[in-house]
Amino acid sequence: MENSSNKASTMNVRRLSVPLTIAIFLLAWQAAVLIFRLPAFILPTPIQVADRFVRALSDGSLLRHTAATLAEILSGLTAGILFAAVLGYFLSRSTLLENILQPFLVASQAVPTVAIAPLFVIWFGPGIFSKILICALIVFFPVLVNIIVGLRAVPANLRDLMRSMQADRWQTLRLLELPTALPVLLGGLRIGATLSVIGAVVGELVGANRGLGFLINVGRGQYDTALVFVGVFTLVALALSLYGIVLFLEKHLLRWQEE
Amino acid sequence: MPSNSSIRLNHISMTYDDQNGYLPVLEDIHTAIHPQEFLCVLGPSGCGKTTLLRVLAGLDKATGGNAIFPGKDSPHVGLVFQESNLMPWRTVLDNILLPLEIIGVDAQEARRQALDLVDLVGLQDFTEVWPASLSGGMAQRVAIARALIQDPDLLLLDEPFRSLDALTREQMGAELLRVWRARRKTVVMVTHSISEALLLADRVLVLTQRPARICLDLIVDLPRPRISDTRYSAHFQVLAKRLRAAIS
Repeated sequence: MENSSNKASTMNVRRLSVPLTIAIFLLAWQAAVLIFRLPAFILPTPIQVADRFVRALSDGSLLRHTAATLAEILSGLTAGILFAAVLGYFLSRSTLLENILQPFLVASQAVPTVAIAPLFVIWFGPGIFSKILICALIVFFPVLVNIIVGLRAVPANLRDLMRSMQADRWQTLRLLELPTALPVLLGGLRIGATLSVIGAVVGELVGANRGLGFLINVGRGQYDTALVFVGVFTLVALALSLYGIVLFLEKHLLRWQEE
Repeated sequence: MPSNSSIRLNHISMTYDDQNGYLPVLEDIHTAIHPQEFLCVLGPSGCGKTTLLRVLAGLDKATGGNAIFPGKDSPHVGLVFQESNLMPWRTVLDNILLPLEIIGVDAQEARRQALDLVDLVGLQDFTEVWPASLSGGMAQRVAIARALIQDPDLLLLDEPFRSLDALTREQMGAELLRVWRARRKTVVMVTHSISEALLLADRVLVLTQRPARICLDLIVDLPRPRISDTRYSAHFQVLAKRLRAAIS
């Protein structure tokens, strides 16, 4: 009896700990502003940020910019994953191809995406397309590596089994290789989802006419620091949601791993 | 006497190319496997028994000779390995259904056949279970059902009970005999165990050290059904002695 009530109280503590931490954080923030008499353009209070959030929400600008960023993220993520999946499949099958492309891939990864983002904006303009490219590029490599690792992890015995059943190449891919690679692939997707948010924002900060990165730039230009915070928190929420979706997918698609 | 419906192993030899020259593994394996025969292959570890199975399964091509299946160019073989090799992301039933999914059998018909096999191997209560929660013996039953579902011309078993404990192993042997009689399959099984071979097989081939040749082709004329007491009979002891002598 005592044991189970103990367990229940631990559960309660765990459930309360996150909101509690957030509340303490907000209080400390508010207190810091008051104690150090910080002006709003350096550090707005949480209440000012909340107020700015409501205003940005009600005039529709926040939704508009969030939608733009989300569209860039989703398109970039999809493009990056598709491209990485196709290339990864062929690379995992051919060591020759891998040997030829490896130096280029590693070199491309050594180039900081942040540094070449301006190039993309110069070449493809401040519209959505340059952001999608940056996003796709930043997602591409981790997903590619995971796909190759995943596809190479197929046990030789299961390959033999598929061959003895005279499975064709497409069946082998669909029934054996993809399911084997799926856990690692989803791991790559988890990293990719977070990186894609960074990619989109970097592109928007460099040059854009909409999106949360653009909104942050506007806030900075007008010393509307509360607006900068609104942009940052919205981005955090976006990244966490994407991460959560991937976690949900993992839980659903990999239920066989639980037992 | 090899009849027209026998599977003929026609002077099969196998040599692997290796950095320091050639490694002969099989040498002139020549015999016939009769329809519905239960053939066991015994031999020292690493002598090439598995290679022989791989040639029969069409996974490796013999460097000399060939296996001729009566009236078929690409025979169906059912394969059971030392490990069950189930796909962990498929339930028991879906694992059994895999071969039919690959051939493209109508889903309802496939399901009916799979459920028949589930009954045969005694997995009725486990159809929707993930392989991870099965015991070794259970998993091997699934593997056997999966190998049987495409109605193979030849069932190949590579030490299927090796990783099981002695009691389960004996039980699974009896199960396998029951399944073999019910489905009337031609079986080739590699094993290390003399008593397992004698309890199961119609005929035992003993292979030599690498390169493997057939050094004894022994007909097991113990009456069936063989029960676990069969192993205490005098004739069993005589046969076991002959096999033991041939191996060492």
